[in-house]
Amino acid sequence: MALDKPYQDVPGTTIFDAEQSRLGYHLNQFCMSLMKAENRARFKADERAYLDQWPMTEEQKQAVLARDLNWCIRLGGNIYFLAKIGATDGKSFQQMAGSMTGMTEEEYRDMMIAGGRSIEGNRVVGEDGDAQPHRQPQGKSQQKAGA
Amino acid sequence: MARITASVYTSHVPAIGAALDLGKAGEPYWQKVFSGYDFSKQWLKDNTPDVIFLVYNDHANAFSLELIPTFAIGCAAEFAIADEGWGPRPVPVVKGHPELAAHIAQSVIQDDFDLTIVNRMPVDHGLTVPLSLMCGQPQAWPCPVIPFAVNVVQYPVPSGRRCFNLGRAIRKAVASFDAPLKVQIWGTGGMSHQLQGPRAGLINREFDTAFLDQLIADPATLAQKPHIDYVREAGSEGIELVMWLIARGAMSDNPPKVAHRFYHVPASNTAVGHLILENT
Repeated sequence: MALDKPYQDVPGTTIFDAEQSRLGYHLNQFCMSLMKAENRARFKADERAYLDQWPMTEEQKQAVLARDLNWCIRLGGNIYFLAKIGATDGKSFQQMAGSMTGMTEEEYRDMMIAGGRSIEGNRVVGEDGDAQPHRQPQGKSQQKAGA
Repeated sequence: MARITASVYTSHVPAIGAALDLGKAGEPYWQKVFSGYDFSKQWLKDNTPDVIFLVYNDHANAFSLELIPTFAIGCAAEFAIADEGWGPRPVPVVKGHPELAAHIAQSVIQDDFDLTIVNRMPVDHGLTVPLSLMCGQPQAWPCPVIPFAVNVVQYPVPSGRRCFNLGRAIRKAVASFDAPLKVQIWGTGGMSHQLQGPRAGLINREFDTAFLDQLIADPATLAQKPHIDYVREAGSEGIELVMWLIARGAMSDNPPKVAHRFYHVPASNTAVGHLILENT
Protein backbone atom coordinates (compact mmCIF):
# COMPACT_ATOMS: atom_id res chain seq x y z
CA MET A 1 0.00 0.00 0.00
CA ALA A 2 1.34 3.43 -0.90
CA LEU A 3 2.27 5.78 1.94
CA ASP A 4 0.16 8.87 2.48
CA LYS A 5 1.96 11.94 1.10
CA PRO A 6 -0.52 14.79 1.44
CA TYR A 7 2.17 17.36 0.56
CA GLN A 8 2.37 16.42 -3.10
CA ASP A 9 -0.31 18.92 -4.17
CA VAL A 10 1.47 21.97 -2.74
CA PRO A 11 2.52 24.07 -5.75
CA GLY A 12 6.17 24.91 -6.40
CA THR A 13 7.31 22.76 -3.50
CA THR A 14 9.28 19.51 -3.23
CA ILE A 15 9.28 17.86 0.17
CA PHE A 16 12.58 16.22 1.04
CA ASP A 17 11.25 12.91 2.26
CA ALA A 18 12.92 9.53 2.61
CA GLU A 19 12.39 8.79 -1.09
CA GLN A 20 13.98 12.08 -2.25
CA SER A 21 16.77 11.55 0.27
CA ARG A 22 17.50 8.12 -1.19
CA LEU A 23 17.62 9.55 -4.73
CA GLY A 24 19.82 12.43 -3.70
CA TYR A 25 22.19 10.72 -1.30
CA HIS A 26 25.39 11.11 -3.31
CA LEU A 27 24.42 14.56 -4.64
CA ASN A 28 23.88 15.82 -1.09
CA GLN A 29 27.02 14.15 0.24
CA PHE A 30 29.01 15.82 -2.55
CA CYS A 31 27.59 19.12 -1.30
CA MET A 32 28.68 18.32 2.26
CA SER A 33 32.25 17.82 1.03
CA LEU A 34 32.29 21.53 0.12
CA MET A 35 32.32 22.44 3.80
CA LYS A 36 36.09 21.95 3.70
CA ALA A 37 38.05 24.86 2.24
CA GLU A 38 40.49 22.59 0.38
CA ASN A 39 37.59 20.75 -1.29
CA ARG A 40 36.00 24.04 -2.32
CA ALA A 41 39.29 24.98 -3.97
CA ARG A 42 39.55 21.62 -5.77
CA PHE A 43 35.95 21.86 -6.97
CA LYS A 44 36.46 25.40 -8.28
CA ALA A 45 39.67 24.39 -10.06
CA ASP A 46 37.95 21.64 -12.10
CA GLU A 47 34.26 21.15 -11.37
CA ARG A 48 33.72 18.26 -13.76
CA ALA A 49 36.72 16.29 -12.45
CA TYR A 50 35.63 16.85 -8.86
CA LEU A 51 32.07 15.71 -9.61
CA ASP A 52 33.35 12.62 -11.38
CA GLN A 53 34.80 11.42 -8.09
CA TRP A 54 31.26 11.01 -6.77
CA PRO A 55 28.85 8.19 -7.72
CA MET A 56 26.21 10.71 -8.81
CA THR A 57 24.06 10.29 -11.92
CA GLU A 58 25.13 12.18 -15.03
CA GLU A 59 21.96 14.26 -14.77
CA GLN A 60 22.77 15.25 -11.19
CA LYS A 61 26.22 16.38 -12.31
CA GLN A 62 24.70 18.42 -15.16
CA ALA A 63 22.25 20.05 -12.75
CA VAL A 64 25.13 21.07 -10.45
CA LEU A 65 27.24 22.39 -13.34
CA ALA A 66 24.22 24.41 -14.53
CA ARG A 67 23.66 25.69 -10.96
CA ASP A 68 19.97 24.95 -11.57
CA LEU A 69 18.72 24.45 -8.02
CA ASN A 70 15.20 23.46 -9.05
CA TRP A 71 16.70 20.74 -11.20
CA CYS A 72 18.98 19.63 -8.34
CA ILE A 73 15.97 19.43 -6.02
CA ARG A 74 13.99 17.32 -8.49
CA LEU A 75 16.92 14.88 -8.48
CA GLY A 76 16.94 14.53 -4.70
CA GLY A 77 18.90 17.58 -3.61
CA ASN A 78 17.95 19.41 -0.44
CA ILE A 79 18.34 23.16 -0.08
CA TYR A 80 20.45 23.03 3.09
CA PHE A 81 22.93 20.75 1.34
CA LEU A 82 22.78 22.66 -1.96
CA ALA A 83 23.53 25.81 0.02
CA LYS A 84 27.12 24.57 0.26
CA ILE A 85 27.42 25.06 -3.51
CA GLY A 86 26.03 28.55 -3.09
CA ALA A 87 28.53 29.25 -0.33
CA THR A 88 31.33 28.07 -2.60
CA ASP A 89 30.07 30.52 -5.24
CA GLY A 90 29.77 33.32 -2.66
CA LYS A 91 25.96 33.42 -2.82
CA SER A 92 23.60 34.19 0.06
CA PHE A 93 20.52 32.15 0.93
CA GLN A 94 18.38 34.93 -0.49
CA GLN A 95 20.20 34.80 -3.82
CA MET A 96 19.82 31.02 -3.90
CA ALA A 97 16.13 31.06 -3.00
CA GLY A 98 15.44 33.83 -5.49
CA SER A 99 17.22 31.95 -8.28
CA MET A 100 14.55 29.23 -8.11
CA THR A 101 11.73 31.65 -8.94
CA GLY A 102 13.05 33.14 -12.17
CA MET A 103 12.95 36.62 -10.63
CA THR A 104 15.99 38.86 -10.67
CA GLU A 105 17.78 39.30 -7.36
CA GLU A 106 16.29 42.77 -7.03
CA GLU A 107 12.75 41.65 -7.84
CA TYR A 108 12.94 38.87 -5.27
CA ARG A 109 14.39 41.16 -2.59
CA ASP A 110 11.68 43.73 -3.27
CA MET A 111 8.99 41.05 -2.96
CA MET A 112 10.37 40.08 0.46
CA ILE A 113 10.55 43.70 1.67
CA ALA A 114 6.94 44.17 0.54
CA GLY A 115 5.91 41.32 2.86
CA GLY A 116 6.87 38.21 0.91
CA ARG A 117 5.01 35.97 -1.46
CA SER A 118 1.28 35.78 -0.75
CA ILE A 119 -0.27 32.50 0.29
CA GLU A 120 -3.41 33.32 -1.70
CA GLY A 121 -3.67 31.08 -4.74
CA ASN A 122 -0.55 29.18 -3.66
CA ARG A 123 -1.97 26.57 -1.30
CA VAL A 124 -3.00 23.84 -3.72
CA VAL A 125 -2.02 22.97 -7.29
CA GLY A 126 -4.74 24.21 -9.64
CA GLU A 127 -5.25 27.65 -8.08
CA ASP A 128 -3.97 30.80 -9.80
CA GLY A 129 -1.19 32.10 -7.50
CA ASP A 130 2.23 33.18 -8.74
CA ALA A 131 3.92 29.92 -7.63
CA GLN A 132 1.64 27.76 -9.79
CA PRO A 133 3.21 25.76 -12.65
CA HIS A 134 1.38 27.68 -15.40
CA ARG A 135 2.86 30.97 -14.18
CA GLN A 136 6.55 29.98 -14.34
CA PRO A 137 9.09 31.38 -14.63
CA GLN A 138 8.36 34.50 -12.65
CA GLY A 139 9.88 37.94 -13.06
CA LYS A 140 9.61 40.64 -15.68
CA SER A 141 12.65 39.68 -17.75
CA GLN A 142 11.48 36.08 -17.98
CA GLN A 143 7.98 37.07 -19.02
CA LYS A 144 9.31 39.30 -21.79
CA ALA A 145 11.62 36.54 -22.98
CA GLY A 146 8.76 34.08 -23.05
CA ALA A 147 6.30 36.45 -24.74
CA MET B 1 15.61 21.06 42.69
CA ALA B 2 16.11 22.61 39.26
CA ARG B 3 13.22 24.44 37.63
CA ILE B 4 12.26 25.98 34.32
CA THR B 5 11.74 29.69 34.85
CA ALA B 6 10.95 30.94 31.36
CA SER B 7 10.92 30.12 27.67
CA VAL B 8 12.17 32.14 24.73
CA TYR B 9 11.07 31.67 21.13
CA THR B 10 12.81 33.14 18.12
CA SER B 11 13.57 32.65 14.44
CA HIS B 12 17.19 31.76 13.69
CA VAL B 13 17.76 33.16 10.18
CA PRO B 14 21.44 32.81 9.13
CA ALA B 15 21.50 36.26 7.50
CA ILE B 16 20.87 37.79 10.94
CA GLY B 17 24.16 36.29 12.13
CA ALA B 18 25.92 37.47 8.99
CA ALA B 19 24.54 41.02 9.42
CA LEU B 20 25.86 41.12 12.98
CA ASP B 21 29.23 39.57 12.15
CA LEU B 22 29.79 41.90 9.16
CA GLY B 23 28.87 45.05 11.11
CA LYS B 24 25.61 45.70 9.25
CA ALA B 25 23.35 45.64 12.31
CA GLY B 26 22.91 49.41 12.18
CA GLU B 27 21.54 49.46 8.63
CA PRO B 28 17.83 50.34 8.45
CA TYR B 29 16.90 46.93 6.99
CA TRP B 30 18.49 45.11 9.94
CA GLN B 31 17.67 47.70 12.58
CA LYS B 32 14.01 46.77 12.12
CA VAL B 33 14.92 43.19 13.09
CA PHE B 34 17.33 43.92 15.93
CA SER B 35 15.09 46.55 17.55
CA GLY B 36 12.69 43.75 18.39
CA TYR B 37 15.36 42.28 20.64
CA ASP B 38 16.39 45.40 22.60
CA PHE B 39 13.96 44.49 25.36
CA SER B 40 15.10 40.87 25.25
CA LYS B 41 18.78 41.63 25.76
CA GLN B 42 18.01 43.61 28.90
CA TRP B 43 15.53 40.96 30.05
CA LEU B 44 18.19 38.24 29.72
CA LYS B 45 20.68 40.36 31.71
CA ASP B 46 18.07 40.77 34.44
CA ASN B 47 17.02 37.12 34.28
CA THR B 48 20.21 35.22 33.47
CA PRO B 49 19.56 31.52 34.04
CA ASP B 50 22.07 28.93 35.19
CA VAL B 51 21.52 26.89 32.03
CA ILE B 52 19.80 27.39 28.67
CA PHE B 53 18.27 24.30 27.06
CA LEU B 54 18.30 25.37 23.43
CA VAL B 55 16.05 23.56 20.94
CA TYR B 56 17.13 24.13 17.34
CA ASN B 57 17.81 22.25 14.15
CA ASP B 58 21.03 21.47 12.42
CA HIS B 59 21.11 22.57 8.76
CA ALA B 60 23.29 19.84 7.21
CA ASN B 61 26.32 20.86 9.24
CA ALA B 62 26.80 18.50 12.19
CA PHE B 63 24.65 15.85 10.54
CA SER B 64 24.94 14.89 6.88
CA LEU B 65 22.81 12.14 5.34
CA GLU B 66 25.07 9.59 7.02
CA LEU B 67 23.14 9.95 10.24
CA ILE B 68 19.78 11.64 10.81
CA PRO B 69 18.76 11.61 14.48
CA THR B 70 15.24 12.85 15.17
CA PHE B 71 16.20 14.22 18.59
CA ALA B 72 19.87 14.72 19.57
CA ILE B 73 20.95 16.00 22.97
CA GLY B 74 24.40 17.54 23.32
CA CYS B 75 26.01 16.14 26.47
CA ALA B 76 29.55 17.47 25.97
CA ALA B 77 31.38 20.12 27.99
CA GLU B 78 31.99 22.22 24.88
CA PHE B 79 30.64 22.60 21.35
CA ALA B 80 32.63 24.08 18.47
CA ILE B 81 31.12 26.62 16.06
CA ALA B 82 30.40 24.99 12.69
CA ASP B 83 31.91 26.13 9.40
CA GLU B 84 28.78 26.14 7.23
CA GLY B 85 30.72 26.94 4.09
CA TRP B 86 31.29 30.65 4.72
CA GLY B 87 33.77 30.00 7.61
CA PRO B 88 32.75 29.62 11.29
CA ARG B 89 30.87 32.58 12.81
CA PRO B 90 33.20 34.67 15.02
CA VAL B 91 31.26 33.95 18.20
CA PRO B 92 32.28 32.40 21.54
CA VAL B 93 32.53 28.64 21.86
CA VAL B 94 29.43 27.10 23.47
CA LYS B 95 29.96 25.60 26.92
CA GLY B 96 27.64 22.74 27.76
CA HIS B 97 26.26 21.42 31.03
CA PRO B 98 27.11 17.69 30.92
CA GLU B 99 25.61 16.85 34.33
CA LEU B 100 22.16 18.26 33.58
CA ALA B 101 22.23 17.04 29.97
CA ALA B 102 23.03 13.47 31.02
CA HIS B 103 20.32 13.63 33.67
CA ILE B 104 17.73 14.85 31.14
CA ALA B 105 18.79 12.16 28.65
CA GLN B 106 18.39 9.43 31.26
CA SER B 107 14.99 10.68 32.40
CA VAL B 108 13.50 11.45 28.97
CA ILE B 109 14.63 8.17 27.39
CA GLN B 110 12.96 6.32 30.23
CA ASP B 111 9.84 8.32 29.36
CA ASP B 112 9.89 6.62 25.92
CA PHE B 113 11.52 9.38 23.84
CA ASP B 114 14.46 7.99 21.87
CA LEU B 115 17.08 10.68 22.21
CA THR B 116 20.43 10.33 20.50
CA ILE B 117 23.23 11.26 22.87
CA VAL B 118 25.88 13.34 21.14
CA ASN B 119 29.26 14.24 22.57
CA ARG B 120 30.79 15.79 19.49
CA MET B 121 28.61 18.21 17.59
CA PRO B 122 29.60 21.50 15.98
CA VAL B 123 26.70 23.93 16.39
CA ASP B 124 25.45 26.01 13.48
CA HIS B 125 23.44 29.22 13.03
CA GLY B 126 20.32 27.48 14.34
CA LEU B 127 21.88 27.67 17.79
CA THR B 128 24.23 30.65 17.56
CA VAL B 129 21.86 33.18 15.95
CA PRO B 130 19.35 32.99 18.85
CA LEU B 131 22.24 33.47 21.29
CA SER B 132 23.45 36.48 19.30
CA LEU B 133 19.96 38.00 19.17
CA MET B 134 19.50 37.61 22.92
CA CYS B 135 23.06 38.42 24.07
CA GLY B 136 24.56 40.70 21.41
CA GLN B 137 28.28 40.21 20.89
CA PRO B 138 29.80 39.19 24.25
CA GLN B 139 33.25 37.67 24.85
CA ALA B 140 31.55 34.61 26.36
CA TRP B 141 27.94 33.43 26.43
CA PRO B 142 26.29 34.26 29.77
CA CYS B 143 25.75 30.66 30.90
CA PRO B 144 26.12 27.02 29.82
CA VAL B 145 23.91 25.85 26.96
CA ILE B 146 22.56 22.36 26.29
CA PRO B 147 22.09 22.02 22.52
CA PHE B 148 19.06 19.96 21.55
CA ALA B 149 18.92 19.30 17.80
CA VAL B 150 15.67 18.23 16.12
CA ASN B 151 15.49 16.81 12.61
CA VAL B 152 13.25 19.11 10.60
CA VAL B 153 15.23 18.72 7.37
CA GLN B 154 14.27 15.24 6.18
CA TYR B 155 10.62 14.22 6.32
CA PRO B 156 8.93 12.92 8.24
CA VAL B 157 9.89 15.28 11.04
CA PRO B 158 8.43 14.73 14.53
CA SER B 159 4.82 15.80 14.89
CA GLY B 160 3.77 18.82 16.91
CA ARG B 161 2.06 16.52 19.37
CA ARG B 162 5.22 14.51 19.92
CA CYS B 163 7.27 17.69 20.36
CA PHE B 164 4.80 19.05 22.90
CA ASN B 165 4.84 15.80 24.90
CA LEU B 166 8.64 15.72 24.72
CA GLY B 167 8.63 19.18 26.27
CA ARG B 168 6.57 17.82 29.14
CA ALA B 169 9.07 15.01 29.64
CA ILE B 170 11.91 17.55 29.70
CA ARG B 171 10.00 19.58 32.31
CA LYS B 172 9.72 16.48 34.50
CA ALA B 173 13.40 15.66 34.01
CA VAL B 174 14.55 19.16 34.99
CA ALA B 175 12.34 19.11 38.09
CA SER B 176 14.05 15.93 39.31
CA PHE B 177 17.61 17.30 39.00
CA ASP B 178 19.06 17.63 42.46
CA ALA B 179 20.55 21.14 42.33
CA PRO B 180 18.84 24.52 42.58
CA LEU B 181 19.35 25.52 38.95
CA LYS B 182 17.26 28.05 37.08
CA VAL B 183 16.77 26.73 33.54
CA GLN B 184 15.41 28.50 30.50
CA ILE B 185 14.21 26.57 27.49
CA TRP B 186 14.40 28.20 24.08
CA GLY B 187 12.50 27.07 21.01
CA THR B 188 13.88 28.36 17.71
CA GLY B 189 13.29 28.38 13.95
CA GLY B 190 10.40 29.58 11.79
CA MET B 191 8.27 31.49 11.34
CA SER B 192 6.71 31.20 7.89
CA HIS B 193 9.31 30.77 5.16
CA GLN B 194 10.12 28.68 2.13
CA LEU B 195 13.62 28.46 0.69
CA GLN B 196 13.03 26.28 -2.33
CA GLY B 197 11.22 26.05 -5.64
CA PRO B 198 8.93 28.51 -7.40
CA ARG B 199 7.07 29.10 -4.10
CA ALA B 200 10.26 30.40 -2.40
CA GLY B 201 9.66 33.59 -0.45
CA LEU B 202 6.27 32.56 0.91
CA ILE B 203 5.21 34.49 4.02
CA ASN B 204 1.92 34.04 5.86
CA ARG B 205 1.43 36.73 8.47
CA GLU B 206 -2.05 35.55 9.33
CA PHE B 207 -0.84 32.02 10.06
CA ASP B 208 2.10 33.30 12.12
CA THR B 209 -0.07 35.62 14.19
CA ALA B 210 -2.55 32.86 14.93
CA PHE B 211 0.33 30.52 15.81
CA LEU B 212 1.75 33.01 18.33
CA ASP B 213 -1.70 33.59 19.87
CA GLN B 214 -2.38 29.89 20.23
CA LEU B 215 1.12 29.05 21.46
CA ILE B 216 0.52 31.42 24.36
CA ALA B 217 -3.10 30.56 25.16
CA ASP B 218 -3.81 27.01 24.00
CA PRO B 219 -0.66 25.07 23.12
CA ALA B 220 -2.25 21.65 23.66
CA THR B 221 -4.67 22.30 20.79
CA LEU B 222 -1.93 23.87 18.65
CA ALA B 223 0.11 20.69 19.13
CA GLN B 224 -2.57 18.75 17.20
CA LYS B 225 -1.88 20.73 14.01
CA PRO B 226 -0.72 18.25 11.32
CA HIS B 227 2.49 18.67 9.29
CA ILE B 228 0.63 19.42 6.10
CA ASP B 229 -0.87 22.57 7.61
CA TYR B 230 2.60 23.95 8.32
CA VAL B 231 3.88 23.04 4.84
CA ARG B 232 0.86 24.40 3.00
CA GLU B 233 0.31 27.54 5.09
CA ALA B 234 3.77 28.45 6.44
CA GLY B 235 6.06 27.10 3.70
CA SER B 236 8.22 24.00 3.49
CA GLU B 237 10.71 25.39 6.02
CA GLY B 238 7.95 26.80 8.25
CA ILE B 239 7.75 23.26 9.63
CA GLU B 240 10.58 24.35 11.97
CA LEU B 241 7.84 25.82 14.16
CA VAL B 242 7.17 22.38 15.68
CA MET B 243 10.32 22.99 17.72
CA TRP B 244 8.60 25.86 19.53
CA LEU B 245 6.16 23.28 20.93
CA ILE B 246 9.00 21.48 22.74
CA ALA B 247 9.81 24.66 24.65
CA ARG B 248 6.14 25.39 25.28
CA GLY B 249 5.49 21.85 26.54
CA ALA B 250 8.26 22.30 29.08
CA MET B 251 6.45 25.25 30.65
CA SER B 252 4.07 24.96 33.58
CA ASP B 253 0.38 24.23 32.93
CA ASN B 254 -0.51 27.62 34.42
CA PRO B 255 -1.02 30.47 31.93
CA PRO B 256 2.38 32.12 31.33
CA LYS B 257 3.21 35.80 31.64
CA VAL B 258 3.92 37.25 28.19
CA ALA B 259 7.03 39.34 28.86
CA HIS B 260 7.66 40.24 25.21
CA ARG B 261 6.23 39.71 21.74
CA PHE B 262 7.65 40.78 18.38
CA TYR B 263 6.98 40.06 14.72
CA HIS B 264 8.63 41.43 11.62
CA VAL B 265 8.84 40.66 7.89
CA PRO B 266 11.39 40.11 6.42
CA ALA B 267 14.81 38.95 7.49
CA SER B 268 16.17 37.65 4.21
CA ASN B 269 13.56 35.01 3.19
CA THR B 270 11.84 34.70 6.54
CA ALA B 271 9.23 36.08 8.91
CA VAL B 272 10.85 36.80 12.28
CA GLY B 273 8.79 35.91 15.33
CA HIS B 274 9.84 36.25 18.95
CA LEU B 275 8.22 35.61 22.32
CA ILE B 276 9.36 35.55 25.92
CA LEU B 277 7.06 33.64 28.26
CA GLU B 278 7.66 33.46 32.01
CA ASN B 279 6.35 30.75 34.26
CA THR B 280 3.92 32.09 36.85
